[in-house]
Amino acid sequence: MEAISHAGTVLGVLAKDGVVLAAEKKVTGKLLDLSSAKEGGYGGSGEKIYLLNSNVIGGVAGLTADANSLVNYARSAAQQHLLQYNEDIPVELLAQRLCDMKQGYTQFGGLRPFGVSLLYAGYDPHYNFQLYHSDPSGNYSGWKATCIGANNGTAQSLLKQEYKDGIEVKEAVGLVLRTMGKTMDSTSLSSEKLEFAVLTLDPTTKQPRAKIYRPAEIDALLEREGLAKKEDEGVPGA
Amino acid sequence: METSFAITGKGYLIMAADTTAARRARQAQQPSAPRKATLTDRTGDTVQFAEYVERNIRLYQIRNLYALRPSAAASWIRRALATSLRSRKPYSVNLLLGGYDTATHDPHLYWIDYLGTMSEVPFAAHGYGAYFALSLLDRYHDPEATLEEGLATLRRCLDEVAKRLVVSPGKYKVKIVDKDGIREVDL
Repeated sequence: MEAISHAGTVLGVLAKDGVVLAAEKKVTGKLLDLSSAKEGGYGGSGEKIYLLNSNVIGGVAGLTADANSLVNYARSAAQQHLLQYNEDIPVELLAQRLCDMKQGYTQFGGLRPFGVSLLYAGYDPHYNFQLYHSDPSGNYSGWKATCIGANNGTAQSLLKQEYKDGIEVKEAVGLVLRTMGKTMDSTSLSSEKLEFAVLTLDPTTKQPRAKIYRPAEIDALLEREGLAKKEDEGVPGA
Repeated sequence: METSFAITGKGYLIMAADTTAARRARQAQQPSAPRKATLTDRTGDTVQFAEYVERNIRLYQIRNLYALRPSAAASWIRRALATSLRSRKPYSVNLLLGGYDTATHDPHLYWIDYLGTMSEVPFAAHGYGAYFALSLLDRYHDPEATLEEGLATLRRCLDEVAKRLVVSPGKYKVKIVDKDGIREVDL
């Protein structure tokens, strides 16, 4: 719990036609090699936001090493469901699978629980778009907008003030970025400190489409939303 | 010889199985949420296997608060049969699985045999009756048909089987699956 309240903030907002996730990256610096985030992979730096399954994006806060192991578990749980039922795993079921495991580590002495909170942004035909949060004890709950990590209290109350029922992805993106800007320690948002992902439905195939933004795309998005760094230096990677 | 048919239509699905006592045809059902009627034939395994499927689908529903969708249930059943095929004593069960998907509001029908072959189809039949009825269904099946038209098509199949099949079954049990659940009808 302690580790989580120091971890980078992860913010999720549920909209009518999608779910938006944003996360603050803590491991940064001039000397860090970020080339892997710019090309290759599926987007994202692999620090905060992961693709858990084709219909679920996960955002993590806490001990990174523990998170990696949970992400691995989540991915294989999702694939096992696919193998057995030939359908994408329902979002709540995936959250349940992880929570079952997390809960197990609170039962016995000798082993340390996973120091990780997760946000799950997902889609399934049962309840359409969903946003779940799970904590290290193995509790989980569904949310319209929520936040984990450092300053989650501030972000939560900001979200409570600004959230409106039935908003669309476009507004949700703005809401997430604005809240993120106010919660983060640094003064201005940029791709260096931000991870961003959106889950929507593909208009033609009606299948969920998870998009984890690349650094250049994040900067372009910030530019569009009018939240980019003021003047000076050009957009990195552009 | 035991025979079973199933036809999908606009927002409904009809299933018919003969009631030959010697080799029991069996209809299993899940009365709540996404409804499905499974219908199996051939040998005494049917009872065992239908019960096994029924209980497992019910267990999933209890654990997860929502029922398996028809497509997921069909995949699960196919896998169970495929696993069983390579065991010491495989289930020798052919089945038609029909269900109404409450998430997408349309009926689904799956044709599955004891070898673990599965395919989603608009109409299907198992048993000797299939040889006579499939051509009729090919000609008369209409995915947009009303329930009355669907029952008429089914009746045509049953009549044809009665006329041409030497060992034709006498009576059929007919069930309808739609948004209101599963119900039995008299032809």
